[in-house]
Amino acid sequence: MITLGNDQDEFADEIKATSGINFSACLHCQSCTNGCPFIEGMDYAPNAVLRLVQLGLEETALKCSTIWICVGCNTCSSYCPMAIDIPAVMDGLRHKAIEKGVKIAEPDVLSFHNEVLNTVKKYGRTHKLEIMMRYKLKKMDLFSDMGVGLRMLKKRKLDLTPSKIQDKKAIEKIFKHK
Amino acid sequence: MKKYSNTNENNLQSERLKFSFFPGCSLKASGHENTMSLLKFCDSVNIEVKELEDWNCCGSSSAHSIDFDVAEKLPMRNISLAPKGIPLLIACPSCLIRIKSMYLKIKEDKALKQEYENLWGKPFDEDLEIIHFFEIFNRIRLEDYIDHPREKLKKIKVAVYYGCMLSMPPALRFENDYSGIMEKTLGKLGAEIIYYGYENRCCGTYLSVAKPQLAQKVVTQIVSKAMEAGAECLVTACSMCHLNLEIRCGLKDPIPVLHFSELLSMALGAKDQKKWFPRHIVDPVPLLKKRGLLTS
Repeated sequence: MITLGNDQDEFADEIKATSGINFSACLHCQSCTNGCPFIEGMDYAPNAVLRLVQLGLEETALKCSTIWICVGCNTCSSYCPMAIDIPAVMDGLRHKAIEKGVKIAEPDVLSFHNEVLNTVKKYGRTHKLEIMMRYKLKKMDLFSDMGVGLRMLKKRKLDLTPSKIQDKKAIEKIFKHK
Repeated sequence: MKKYSNTNENNLQSERLKFSFFPGCSLKASGHENTMSLLKFCDSVNIEVKELEDWNCCGSSSAHSIDFDVAEKLPMRNISLAPKGIPLLIACPSCLIRIKSMYLKIKEDKALKQEYENLWGKPFDEDLEIIHFFEIFNRIRLEDYIDHPREKLKKIKVAVYYGCMLSMPPALRFENDYSGIMEKTLGKLGAEIIYYGYENRCCGTYLSVAKPQLAQKVVTQIVSKAMEAGAECLVTACSMCHLNLEIRCGLKDPIPVLHFSELLSMALGAKDQKKWFPRHIVDPVPLLKKRGLLTS
Protein backbone atom coordinates (compact mmCIF):
# COMPACT_ATOMS: atom_id res chain seq x y z
CA MET A 1 0.00 0.00 0.00
CA ILE A 2 1.27 3.47 -0.81
CA THR A 3 0.36 6.25 1.54
CA LEU A 4 0.28 9.41 -0.48
CA GLY A 5 1.84 12.56 0.87
CA ASN A 6 -0.61 15.22 1.99
CA ASP A 7 0.61 17.85 -0.37
CA GLN A 8 1.53 15.62 -3.22
CA ASP A 9 0.95 18.18 -5.95
CA GLU A 10 2.76 20.82 -4.00
CA PHE A 11 6.00 18.82 -3.86
CA ALA A 12 5.80 17.86 -7.54
CA ASP A 13 5.21 21.51 -8.44
CA GLU A 14 8.17 22.60 -6.34
CA ILE A 15 10.47 20.15 -8.11
CA LYS A 16 9.08 21.19 -11.49
CA ALA A 17 9.91 24.78 -10.62
CA THR A 18 13.38 24.02 -9.23
CA SER A 19 14.43 21.79 -12.10
CA GLY A 20 12.49 23.53 -14.86
CA ILE A 21 11.35 20.13 -16.11
CA ASN A 22 7.80 18.89 -16.53
CA PHE A 23 8.02 15.22 -15.67
CA SER A 24 4.24 14.65 -15.63
CA ALA A 25 4.64 13.34 -19.15
CA CYS A 26 6.49 10.27 -17.82
CA LEU A 27 4.82 7.08 -19.07
CA HIS A 28 6.84 4.83 -16.76
CA CYS A 29 7.96 2.83 -19.76
CA GLN A 30 11.26 2.30 -17.92
CA SER A 31 13.49 3.02 -20.89
CA CYS A 32 15.54 5.23 -18.59
CA THR A 33 15.86 2.50 -16.02
CA ASN A 34 16.83 -0.12 -18.58
CA GLY A 35 19.52 2.12 -20.01
CA CYS A 36 21.04 3.42 -16.77
CA PRO A 37 24.65 2.22 -16.35
CA PHE A 38 24.62 2.87 -12.60
CA ILE A 39 21.31 1.33 -11.61
CA GLU A 40 23.14 -1.10 -9.32
CA GLY A 41 24.21 1.67 -7.01
CA MET A 42 20.73 3.16 -6.76
CA ASP A 43 18.00 2.33 -4.28
CA TYR A 44 15.21 3.57 -6.57
CA ALA A 45 15.20 3.23 -10.35
CA PRO A 46 15.18 6.58 -12.21
CA ASN A 47 11.52 6.33 -13.25
CA ALA A 48 10.64 5.26 -9.70
CA VAL A 49 12.15 8.52 -8.44
CA LEU A 50 9.88 10.43 -10.81
CA ARG A 51 6.97 8.37 -9.44
CA LEU A 52 7.93 9.22 -5.85
CA VAL A 53 7.77 12.88 -6.75
CA GLN A 54 4.48 12.48 -8.58
CA LEU A 55 3.03 10.78 -5.52
CA GLY A 56 4.29 13.50 -3.22
CA LEU A 57 6.55 11.16 -1.24
CA GLU A 58 8.96 13.96 -0.51
CA GLU A 59 11.07 12.47 2.23
CA THR A 60 11.70 9.20 0.37
CA ALA A 61 12.58 11.07 -2.80
CA LEU A 62 14.97 13.48 -1.11
CA LYS A 63 16.67 10.81 0.94
CA CYS A 64 17.17 8.27 -1.83
CA SER A 65 20.63 7.41 -3.12
CA THR A 66 19.61 7.61 -6.78
CA ILE A 67 19.70 11.40 -6.87
CA TRP A 68 23.38 11.30 -5.86
CA ILE A 69 24.49 8.29 -7.87
CA CYS A 70 23.10 9.76 -11.11
CA VAL A 71 26.05 11.39 -12.90
CA GLY A 72 23.92 13.01 -15.58
CA CYS A 73 25.32 11.00 -18.49
CA ASN A 74 22.00 11.57 -20.29
CA THR A 75 21.65 7.96 -21.41
CA CYS A 76 18.19 7.97 -19.83
CA SER A 77 17.03 11.23 -21.33
CA SER A 78 18.25 10.29 -24.79
CA TYR A 79 16.23 7.06 -24.56
CA CYS A 80 13.16 8.78 -23.10
CA PRO A 81 10.27 8.74 -25.60
CA MET A 82 8.84 11.83 -23.91
CA ALA A 83 12.19 13.70 -23.99
CA ILE A 84 12.17 14.31 -20.26
CA ASP A 85 15.47 15.66 -18.98
CA ILE A 86 15.71 13.18 -16.12
CA PRO A 87 19.19 14.27 -14.94
CA ALA A 88 17.84 17.82 -14.60
CA VAL A 89 15.08 16.50 -12.32
CA MET A 90 17.80 14.78 -10.26
CA ASP A 91 19.60 18.15 -10.06
CA GLY A 92 16.40 19.72 -8.74
CA LEU A 93 15.99 16.99 -6.14
CA ARG A 94 19.62 17.32 -5.00
CA HIS A 95 19.18 21.05 -4.54
CA LYS A 96 15.97 20.49 -2.60
CA ALA A 97 17.63 17.85 -0.42
CA ILE A 98 20.41 20.31 0.49
CA GLU A 99 17.96 23.15 1.03
CA LYS A 100 15.73 21.08 3.33
CA GLY A 101 18.72 19.71 5.20
CA VAL A 102 17.63 16.07 4.95
CA LYS A 103 20.09 13.26 5.56
CA ILE A 104 22.13 12.87 2.39
CA ALA A 105 22.19 9.28 1.18
CA GLU A 106 25.63 9.55 -0.45
CA PRO A 107 27.66 12.09 1.54
CA ASP A 108 30.84 11.16 -0.34
CA VAL A 109 29.35 12.37 -3.61
CA LEU A 110 28.24 15.65 -2.06
CA SER A 111 31.64 16.09 -0.45
CA PHE A 112 33.31 15.56 -3.83
CA HIS A 113 31.09 18.21 -5.47
CA ASN A 114 31.90 20.63 -2.65
CA GLU A 115 35.63 20.11 -3.09
CA VAL A 116 35.38 20.64 -6.86
CA LEU A 117 33.55 23.93 -6.40
CA ASN A 118 36.02 24.96 -3.68
CA THR A 119 38.89 24.79 -6.14
CA VAL A 120 36.86 26.56 -8.85
CA LYS A 121 36.09 29.33 -6.35
CA LYS A 122 39.79 29.62 -5.48
CA TYR A 123 41.39 29.33 -8.91
CA GLY A 124 38.61 29.67 -11.46
CA ARG A 125 39.48 26.18 -12.62
CA THR A 126 39.47 22.77 -10.98
CA HIS A 127 42.62 21.45 -9.40
CA LYS A 128 42.42 17.67 -9.35
CA LEU A 129 45.21 17.00 -6.87
CA GLU A 130 43.77 19.37 -4.28
CA ILE A 131 40.25 17.99 -4.81
CA MET A 132 41.49 14.46 -4.21
CA MET A 133 43.60 15.34 -1.18
CA ARG A 134 40.89 17.36 0.55
CA TYR A 135 38.22 14.81 -0.30
CA LYS A 136 40.35 12.03 1.15
CA LEU A 137 41.27 14.04 4.24
CA LYS A 138 37.64 14.79 4.98
CA LYS A 139 36.80 11.15 4.61
CA MET A 140 39.72 10.30 6.91
CA ASP A 141 40.76 7.83 4.29
CA LEU A 142 44.09 8.75 2.82
CA PHE A 143 45.29 5.30 1.95
CA SER A 144 42.63 3.49 0.00
CA ASP A 145 43.24 3.98 -3.68
CA MET A 146 46.76 5.19 -2.95
CA GLY A 147 48.09 3.06 -5.82
CA VAL A 148 45.91 4.82 -8.36
CA GLY A 149 46.94 8.24 -7.04
CA LEU A 150 50.63 7.40 -7.22
CA ARG A 151 50.33 5.99 -10.73
CA MET A 152 48.56 9.18 -11.80
CA LEU A 153 51.28 11.33 -10.26
CA LYS A 154 54.00 9.24 -11.87
CA LYS A 155 52.38 9.59 -15.28
CA ARG A 156 51.89 13.30 -14.67
CA LYS A 157 48.11 13.00 -14.75
CA LEU A 158 47.85 15.24 -11.71
CA ASP A 159 49.44 18.65 -12.04
CA LEU A 160 51.03 19.70 -8.77
CA THR A 161 50.18 23.37 -9.10
CA PRO A 162 46.75 24.64 -10.07
CA SER A 163 46.04 26.34 -13.37
CA LYS A 164 44.58 29.71 -12.41
CA ILE A 165 42.63 32.42 -14.14
CA GLN A 166 43.78 36.06 -14.08
CA ASP A 167 40.48 37.82 -13.57
CA LYS A 168 39.82 37.02 -9.91
CA LYS A 169 37.06 39.64 -9.74
CA ALA A 170 35.01 37.70 -12.27
CA ILE A 171 35.15 34.61 -10.08
CA GLU A 172 34.15 36.67 -7.06
CA LYS A 173 31.19 37.88 -9.06
CA ILE A 174 30.20 34.32 -9.94
CA PHE A 175 30.39 33.13 -6.34
CA LYS A 176 29.07 36.41 -4.92
CA HIS A 177 26.13 35.11 -2.92
CA LYS A 178 28.19 32.39 -1.27
CA MET B 1 37.18 18.23 -56.32
CA LYS B 2 40.59 19.81 -56.48
CA LYS B 3 43.16 18.10 -54.37
CA TYR B 4 45.20 20.32 -52.07
CA SER B 5 48.43 19.28 -50.48
CA ASN B 6 49.86 20.88 -47.41
CA THR B 7 52.42 23.04 -49.15
CA ASN B 8 52.65 26.77 -48.79
CA GLU B 9 51.73 27.38 -52.34
CA ASN B 10 48.52 25.41 -52.18
CA ASN B 11 47.56 26.78 -48.80
CA LEU B 12 46.87 30.03 -50.52
CA GLN B 13 44.05 28.34 -52.33
CA SER B 14 42.30 26.77 -49.37
CA GLU B 15 40.88 29.06 -46.75
CA ARG B 16 42.51 28.74 -43.36
CA LEU B 17 39.94 27.86 -40.69
CA LYS B 18 40.15 29.76 -37.45
CA PHE B 19 38.78 28.70 -34.08
CA SER B 20 39.00 29.91 -30.55
CA PHE B 21 39.63 26.96 -28.30
CA PHE B 22 38.16 26.10 -24.92
CA PRO B 23 40.35 23.31 -23.48
CA GLY B 24 38.59 22.83 -20.14
CA CYS B 25 40.18 21.55 -16.95
CA SER B 26 40.54 17.90 -17.99
CA LEU B 27 42.52 18.66 -21.11
CA LYS B 28 44.44 21.45 -19.48
CA ALA B 29 45.50 19.65 -16.34
CA SER B 30 45.47 15.89 -16.75
CA GLY B 31 45.15 15.22 -20.45
CA HIS B 32 48.17 17.19 -21.67
CA GLU B 33 48.85 14.56 -24.31
CA ASN B 34 45.31 15.06 -25.60
CA THR B 35 45.80 18.80 -25.93
CA MET B 36 49.23 18.50 -27.53
CA SER B 37 48.11 15.99 -30.15
CA LEU B 38 44.91 17.91 -30.82
CA LEU B 39 46.75 21.15 -31.47
CA LYS B 40 49.24 19.28 -33.61
CA PHE B 41 46.40 17.81 -35.64
CA CYS B 42 44.75 21.20 -36.17
CA ASP B 43 48.04 22.61 -37.31
CA SER B 44 48.57 19.84 -39.83
CA VAL B 45 45.15 20.38 -41.40
CA ASN B 46 45.69 24.12 -41.66
CA ILE B 47 43.44 25.16 -38.80
CA GLU B 48 44.41 28.09 -36.64
CA VAL B 49 43.52 27.57 -33.01
CA LYS B 50 43.78 30.19 -30.31
CA GLU B 51 43.10 29.35 -26.70
CA LEU B 52 40.19 31.31 -25.25
CA GLU B 53 41.84 33.93 -23.11
CA ASP B 54 41.47 33.47 -19.36
CA TRP B 55 38.72 30.84 -19.67
CA ASN B 56 37.28 29.32 -16.51
CA CYS B 57 35.91 25.92 -15.52
CA CYS B 58 32.55 25.18 -17.15
CA GLY B 59 31.19 24.00 -13.79
CA SER B 60 31.63 20.35 -14.69
CA SER B 61 29.29 17.85 -13.06
CA SER B 62 29.47 19.54 -9.70
CA ALA B 63 28.03 23.01 -10.24
CA HIS B 64 24.72 21.90 -11.71
CA SER B 65 24.48 19.20 -9.06
CA ILE B 66 24.59 21.49 -6.06
CA ASP B 67 24.56 25.15 -7.14
CA PHE B 68 22.33 26.24 -10.01
CA ASP B 69 23.41 29.86 -9.81
CA VAL B 70 27.12 29.13 -10.15
CA ALA B 71 26.28 26.51 -12.80
CA GLU B 72 24.76 29.25 -14.95
CA LYS B 73 27.39 31.90 -14.40
CA LEU B 74 30.52 29.81 -15.02
CA PRO B 75 29.62 28.96 -18.64
CA MET B 76 28.18 32.46 -19.08
CA ARG B 77 31.55 34.05 -18.49
CA ASN B 78 33.23 31.73 -21.00
CA ILE B 79 30.63 32.69 -23.61
CA SER B 80 31.34 36.34 -22.89
CA LEU B 81 35.06 35.83 -23.54
CA ALA B 82 34.58 34.30 -26.99
CA PRO B 83 35.74 36.63 -29.77
CA LYS B 84 33.06 37.63 -32.26
CA GLY B 85 32.87 35.91 -35.61
CA ILE B 86 35.14 33.00 -34.69
CA PRO B 87 33.62 29.62 -33.81
CA LEU B 88 34.35 28.38 -30.31
CA LEU B 89 35.89 24.91 -30.44
CA ILE B 90 35.41 22.61 -27.45
CA ALA B 91 36.99 19.18 -27.18
CA CYS B 92 35.46 17.96 -23.92
CA PRO B 93 31.93 16.55 -24.27
CA SER B 94 30.95 17.66 -20.80
CA CYS B 95 32.20 21.24 -21.27
CA LEU B 96 30.41 21.34 -24.62
CA ILE B 97 27.09 20.33 -23.09
CA ARG B 98 27.43 22.85 -20.25
CA ILE B 99 28.47 25.78 -22.41
CA LYS B 100 26.25 25.07 -25.39
CA SER B 101 23.08 24.43 -23.41
CA MET B 102 23.69 27.62 -21.44
CA TYR B 103 24.21 29.52 -24.68
CA LEU B 104 20.92 28.25 -26.13
CA LYS B 105 19.14 28.99 -22.86
CA ILE B 106 20.29 32.61 -22.86
CA LYS B 107 19.34 32.94 -26.50
CA GLU B 108 15.74 32.05 -25.73
CA ASP B 109 15.37 33.93 -22.46
CA LYS B 110 15.19 37.71 -22.51
CA ALA B 111 15.64 38.15 -18.77
CA LEU B 112 18.69 35.92 -18.81
CA LYS B 113 20.12 37.85 -21.75
CA GLN B 114 19.71 41.03 -19.75
CA GLU B 115 21.41 39.44 -16.76
CA TYR B 116 24.25 38.30 -19.02
CA GLU B 117 24.73 41.79 -20.37
CA ASN B 118 24.64 43.34 -16.91
CA LEU B 119 27.12 40.85 -15.56
CA TRP B 120 29.70 40.94 -18.31
CA GLY B 121 29.11 44.39 -19.71
CA LYS B 122 28.83 43.40 -23.33
CA PRO B 123 26.06 42.43 -25.73
CA PHE B 124 25.20 38.75 -26.07
CA ASP B 125 26.62 37.35 -29.32
CA GLU B 126 23.54 35.89 -31.06
CA ASP B 127 25.64 34.34 -33.82
CA LEU B 128 28.34 32.59 -31.83
CA GLU B 129 28.99 29.11 -33.12
CA ILE B 130 29.89 26.60 -30.41
CA ILE B 131 31.20 23.40 -31.87
CA HIS B 132 32.73 20.13 -30.80
CA PHE B 133 36.08 18.97 -32.16
CA PHE B 134 34.17 16.39 -34.27
CA GLU B 135 32.64 19.22 -36.24
CA ILE B 136 36.02 19.81 -37.88
CA PHE B 137 35.37 16.79 -40.07
CA ASN B 138 32.32 18.51 -41.54
CA ARG B 139 34.52 21.45 -42.51
CA ILE B 140 37.67 19.88 -43.92
CA ARG B 141 38.45 16.91 -46.13
CA LEU B 142 41.21 14.81 -44.61
CA GLU B 143 42.06 13.53 -48.08
CA ASP B 144 43.21 17.02 -48.96
CA TYR B 145 46.05 16.72 -46.49
CA ILE B 146 47.16 13.10 -46.84
CA ASP B 147 48.34 11.00 -49.71
CA HIS B 148 47.16 7.38 -49.57
CA PRO B 149 45.10 7.83 -46.38
CA ARG B 150 44.06 4.18 -46.26
CA GLU B 151 47.64 3.11 -45.63
CA LYS B 152 48.20 5.31 -42.61
CA LEU B 153 46.88 3.36 -39.65
CA LYS B 154 47.96 -0.06 -40.91
CA LYS B 155 44.79 -1.93 -40.02
CA ILE B 156 45.21 -1.41 -36.29
CA LYS B 157 42.08 -2.83 -34.65
CA VAL B 158 40.38 -0.03 -32.80
CA ALA B 159 37.27 0.03 -30.66
CA VAL B 160 35.97 3.59 -30.59
CA TYR B 161 34.53 4.92 -27.36
CA TYR B 162 32.25 7.95 -27.21
CA GLY B 163 31.03 7.70 -23.63
CA CYS B 164 28.18 10.11 -23.01
CA MET B 165 29.18 12.18 -26.03
CA LEU B 166 26.31 10.77 -28.08
CA SER B 167 23.69 11.12 -25.37
CA MET B 168 22.65 14.72 -25.54
CA PRO B 169 20.18 16.18 -23.07
CA PRO B 170 16.74 16.92 -24.58
CA ALA B 171 17.60 20.63 -24.92
CA LEU B 172 20.35 19.73 -27.42
CA ARG B 173 18.53 16.97 -29.27
CA PHE B 174 18.20 18.99 -32.46
CA GLU B 175 21.91 19.79 -32.58
CA ASN B 176 24.36 17.78 -34.68
CA ASP B 177 24.59 14.10 -33.88
CA TYR B 178 28.11 12.74 -33.89
CA SER B 179 27.35 9.01 -34.18
CA GLY B 180 29.81 7.21 -36.39
CA ILE B 181 32.23 10.08 -36.90
CA MET B 182 35.20 8.36 -35.25
CA GLU B 183 34.50 5.08 -37.06
CA LYS B 184 34.25 6.85 -40.38
CA THR B 185 37.34 8.99 -39.88
CA LEU B 186 39.64 6.29 -38.51
CA GLY B 187 38.32 3.79 -41.07
CA LYS B 188 39.19 6.22 -43.83
CA LEU B 189 42.72 6.40 -42.41
CA GLY B 190 43.17 2.64 -42.58
CA ALA B 191 42.18 1.47 -39.10
CA GLU B 192 40.02 -1.61 -38.73
CA ILE B 193 36.94 -0.73 -36.70
CA ILE B 194 35.82 -3.26 -34.10
CA TYR B 195 32.19 -3.03 -32.99
CA TYR B 196 31.54 -4.13 -29.42
CA GLY B 197 28.28 -2.56 -28.30
CA TYR B 198 29.61 -0.41 -25.45
CA GLU B 199 30.63 2.62 -27.51
CA ASN B 200 28.39 4.96 -25.57
CA ARG B 201 28.31 3.41 -22.13
CA CYS B 202 29.13 6.15 -19.60
CA CYS B 203 32.58 5.82 -17.98
CA GLY B 204 31.30 6.87 -14.57
CA THR B 205 32.92 10.32 -14.50
CA TYR B 206 33.33 11.41 -10.86
CA LEU B 207 32.01 8.12 -9.46
CA SER B 208 35.59 7.10 -10.17
CA VAL B 209 36.46 9.14 -7.06
CA ALA B 210 33.33 8.95 -4.93
CA LYS B 211 32.19 5.41 -5.76
CA PRO B 212 35.22 3.66 -7.25
CA GLN B 213 33.67 0.17 -7.13
CA LEU B 214 30.75 1.30 -9.29
CA ALA B 215 33.03 3.00 -11.81
CA GLN B 216 35.37 0.02 -11.90
CA LYS B 217 32.54 -2.35 -12.76
CA VAL B 218 31.38 -0.26 -15.73
CA VAL B 219 34.88 0.51 -17.00
CA THR B 220 36.00 -3.11 -16.76
CA GLN B 221 32.92 -4.15 -18.69
CA ILE B 222 33.61 -1.61 -21.45
CA VAL B 223 37.26 -2.62 -21.83
CA SER B 224 36.66 -6.35 -21.65
CA LYS B 225 33.83 -6.21 -24.21
CA ALA B 226 36.15 -4.36 -26.59
CA MET B 227 38.86 -6.97 -26.01
CA GLU B 228 36.45 -9.88 -26.49
CA ALA B 229 35.44 -8.39 -29.81
CA GLY B 230 39.08 -8.39 -30.88
CA ALA B 231 40.13 -4.77 -30.40
CA GLU B 232 43.82 -3.97 -29.91
CA CYS B 233 43.13 -0.58 -28.43
CA LEU B 234 40.32 1.75 -27.42
CA VAL B 235 40.10 5.22 -28.86
CA THR B 236 38.29 8.01 -27.09
CA ALA B 237 37.65 11.67 -27.78
CA CYS B 238 37.19 12.65 -24.13
CA SER B 239 40.08 13.31 -21.81
CA MET B 240 38.15 12.37 -18.70
CA CYS B 241 36.85 9.12 -20.18
CA HIS B 242 40.45 8.36 -21.14
CA LEU B 243 41.59 8.74 -17.57
CA ASN B 244 38.75 6.64 -16.16
CA LEU B 245 39.24 3.88 -18.72
CA GLU B 246 42.89 3.72 -17.71
CA ILE B 247 42.69 4.01 -13.93
CA ARG B 248 39.49 2.07 -13.24
CA CYS B 249 39.94 -0.96 -15.43
CA GLY B 250 40.11 -4.04 -13.23
CA LEU B 251 41.70 -6.28 -15.84
CA LYS B 252 45.23 -7.54 -15.35
CA ASP B 253 46.41 -6.89 -18.85
CA PRO B 254 44.13 -4.34 -20.50
CA ILE B 255 44.51 -2.93 -23.99
CA PRO B 256 45.84 0.63 -24.26
CA VAL B 257 43.52 3.60 -24.62
CA LEU B 258 44.46 6.20 -27.21
CA HIS B 259 43.13 9.68 -27.72
CA PHE B 260 41.35 10.16 -31.03
CA SER B 261 43.62 13.17 -31.58
CA GLU B 262 46.75 11.04 -31.13
CA LEU B 263 45.80 8.59 -33.88
CA LEU B 264 44.75 11.45 -36.14
CA SER B 265 48.02 13.28 -35.65
CA MET B 266 50.01 10.12 -36.24
CA ALA B 267 48.15 9.47 -39.49
CA LEU B 268 49.07 13.00 -40.54
CA GLY B 269 52.73 12.32 -39.88
CA ALA B 270 53.28 13.78 -36.40
CA LYS B 271 56.64 12.89 -34.94
CA ASP B 272 56.30 14.09 -31.34
CA GLN B 273 54.65 11.03 -29.83
CA LYS B 274 57.48 10.81 -27.31
CA LYS B 275 55.80 13.64 -25.43
CA TRP B 276 52.40 11.94 -25.40
CA PHE B 277 52.82 8.28 -24.67
CA PRO B 278 54.82 8.47 -21.40
CA ARG B 279 51.66 10.05 -20.01
CA HIS B 280 49.61 6.93 -20.64
CA ILE B 281 49.07 4.55 -17.77
CA VAL B 282 48.76 1.60 -20.16
CA ASP B 283 51.72 1.95 -22.51
CA PRO B 284 50.55 1.97 -26.15
CA VAL B 285 54.09 1.90 -27.58
CA PRO B 286 54.50 -1.91 -27.88
CA LEU B 287 51.24 -2.18 -29.83
CA LEU B 288 52.07 0.75 -32.10
CA LYS B 289 55.49 -0.73 -32.80
CA LYS B 290 53.99 -4.12 -33.54
CA ARG B 291 51.67 -2.49 -36.05
CA GLY B 292 54.50 -0.56 -37.61
CA LEU B 293 53.05 2.77 -36.59
CA LEU B 294 56.10 3.66 -34.54
CA THR B 295 59.61 2.80 -35.57
CA SER B 296 61.95 3.60 -32.73
